[in-house]
Amino acid sequence: MNIVSIDTDILIIGGGAAGCFAAIEIYKKSPNYQVVIMEKAHIERSGCLAMGLNAINAYLHPDQTPESYASYIERQFEGIIRKDLVYSIIMGLNEVVRNVEEMGLPILKNADGTCQRRGKRSIRILGERLKPILAEAVQKTSARILNRVVATNFIFNGKRVCGAFGYGVKTNAFYIIRAKAVIVATGGAAGIYRPVNSGEARHLMWYCPWNVGTGYAMGIRIGAEMTSFENRFIPLRVKDVHAPTGTIAVGVRPKNINARGEDYLELYYKHLGGNRCLTHHRLLATIEEVKAGRGPCFLDTTTISEEEEKRLKKDYLNMNPQIILLWAGKDMNPRKRPVEIQGTEPFIVGGHCQAGYWIDKERRTTIQNLYAAGEVAGGAPKKYVSGSWVEARIAASSALGNIKEEYLEEIDNELIQKEKTRVFAPLTRKTGSVWPFGVRERLQKVMDEYAGGISMGYALHEERLLEARRLLASLREKVKDIAAVDSYNLVEALECIDKIDVARVLVEHLIYRKETRWSCYQTRLDYPQKDDNRWLVFVNSVYNPYTDEITMIERPLQG
Amino acid sequence: MSIFIDENICNGCKGLPESRCERICPGNLCYRKENMKADIRDQSACWTCACCVKECPVQAIELRLPFQICNNHASLKARLKHDKTIWTILDAEGNQEEFIIQAKLLKGD
Ligand SMILES: Cc1cc2nc3c(=O)[nH]c(=O)nc-3n(C[C@H](O)[C@H](O)[C@H](O)COP(=O)(O)OP(=O)(O)OC[C@H]3O[C@@H](n4cnc5c(N)ncnc54)[C@H](O)[C@@H]3O)c2cc1C
Ligand code: SF4
Ligand code: SF4
Repeated sequence: MNIVSIDTDILIIGGGAAGCFAAIEIYKKSPNYQVVIMEKAHIERSGCLAMGLNAINAYLHPDQTPESYASYIERQFEGIIRKDLVYSIIMGLNEVVRNVEEMGLPILKNADGTCQRRGKRSIRILGERLKPILAEAVQKTSARILNRVVATNFIFNGKRVCGAFGYGVKTNAFYIIRAKAVIVATGGAAGIYRPVNSGEARHLMWYCPWNVGTGYAMGIRIGAEMTSFENRFIPLRVKDVHAPTGTIAVGVRPKNINARGEDYLELYYKHLGGNRCLTHHRLLATIEEVKAGRGPCFLDTTTISEEEEKRLKKDYLNMNPQIILLWAGKDMNPRKRPVEIQGTEPFIVGGHCQAGYWIDKERRTTIQNLYAAGEVAGGAPKKYVSGSWVEARIAASSALGNIKEEYLEEIDNELIQKEKTRVFAPLTRKTGSVWPFGVRERLQKVMDEYAGGISMGYALHEERLLEARRLLASLREKVKDIAAVDSYNLVEALECIDKIDVARVLVEHLIYRKETRWSCYQTRLDYPQKDDNRWLVFVNSVYNPYTDEITMIERPLQG
Repeated sequence: MSIFIDENICNGCKGLPESRCERICPGNLCYRKENMKADIRDQSACWTCACCVKECPVQAIELRLPFQICNNHASLKARLKHDKTIWTILDAEGNQEEFIIQAKLLKGD
């Protein structure tokens, strides 16, 4: 095993949408600062953007105002958003999109030069190579890119973050990276819950399966304040292949029909807004239809023209190629058969929902020298890819603003030894140990059955959640003995530990919010009503590594 | 199965320290075996993202759906050109369809 020590001004953890943009931004503003990007895959095709995108979902069209935009997000999230964060995102959207267009992203335009709409707040792009385009722009900066290096923990001296430790998957090396400021941009968390698909298809999921919540877990372990983990994201997607339904919904405006061919949103869910209902109510309605014996549910694509079908396929090839295979399977073509939809497993994401670090407007976390951007940052839902870029830009400026007074900290040798031992220990264990495969299955079973996964119709109640708390504590003890056979397996083992740390915090959040605010995302059978008098607050948490306790904190909406 | 690698076509990206499919997989799943042919570490861990399919210069990799998801065989291949990606879909009845998607100019253009 090699030890690689690197000193830098700014360390960016996660070279996805936000991480790449932050590096580009720092170089633009202050080309003399040293930047290191630590990325577990290769920045050319990593994270959520690996497949590509066909739309930028957050954009301020001329007929919207920042106020109308913010009030849309506030309504979608039933009153709970950090307006300061949301506004700061809205104000920066169009500029970051322009920047990425300059890097080479093809954006579809109208005759008058404005961006082609995909919806009220969305634009059409040809984004199959969005990630390579960002990576190429990063390569033009002086940033040092560490591909295939997995961040394992922050270097934390009890007061401030002084860098991070990492593991080189290809080299089996241990990385000690000292930095004056750290920007965490590792995305959200998939794989906490048991997935809809099993066996050979277990990773055929919507959210990137390698964003496992390590960024959250590293913050939790040093006592960073986290927010809104109870606001889980459960997307309504094309059954089995998890392709986003928005491409069909906005592209050809089909009806949502049940097995009897009835437009169920209009017929049964007028009180939720019918066809104009909130995103999570669309999911709720679909689940209710199935429960009432009127499922399966579909998007009725059978009336579309051959031309529209071609356009849909092209749109999906830019973003989600698997659905093309589904349609190429016998009789599955969207003009022959309506497209079946279903809810997926819950994901913890700060970009569609708002689980993540509690940050201020400058994207500072509650830990000194640590900034957060993108899906890993909380409080501002519906930020999507462009909002992640805006946050990266803000985090980059604030890190640069503070860095002059900062210095590189001497790292305690004991701290280094402790992390090195923790990281490599699984490779030394053999008989009598637990293995990543078993731990993953155990965690997903517990979360599915006791913390509102698919098998429970996403519903929650106190007694089961208390059982989840107990089972997770016991699993965490057991995992101290996790073993691995090779470097790939070792990463899986470390990910298991991270996922359990995230799951524990999640369960505490689910226990704490005693109302039903976002149906399906957070449905409490024992508190079925929404209670604005009591619960128009953020539910936050802080883990204490010395006592192993999680303290819950309530914060007012204004942050 | 999510990707199928045709060993008769794969040339192992000989001369490169790391094969192209290995370099590009966001999940670190592709690797070269001792015989310099590409393989996938764990089919069940594949996200079916097609990054490796696009990257292979000789079209040795095709995307398929696991049997559990679709019991009729269909396949998807891709070729990257400077400013476009050319996709070939073979459906369960053997019909072939081609799509040309505009993309950005790649490095070196
Ligand atoms: C399937 C899908 C489709 C989407 N479609 C759209 C769309 O059409 N329009 C739109 O606007 N938005 C879309 N989004 C959302 C958008 O992709 C995300 O909001 C955006 O990518 C978030 O950026 P991020 O940087 O936070 O996360 P990511 O882009 O996922 O980046 C996180 C990075 O961190 C790395 N990483 C994780 N853990 C570690 C670790 N321990 N050490 C080092 N590196 C690590 C990952 O490999 C990854 O590169 C979609 C998302 C998904 C999943
Ligand atoms: S399809 Fe994607 S996840 Fe699967 S092996 Fe290829 S690059 Fe990796
Ligand atoms: S990229 Fe293609 S040719 Fe190169 S190793 Fe992979 S499958 Fe073989």
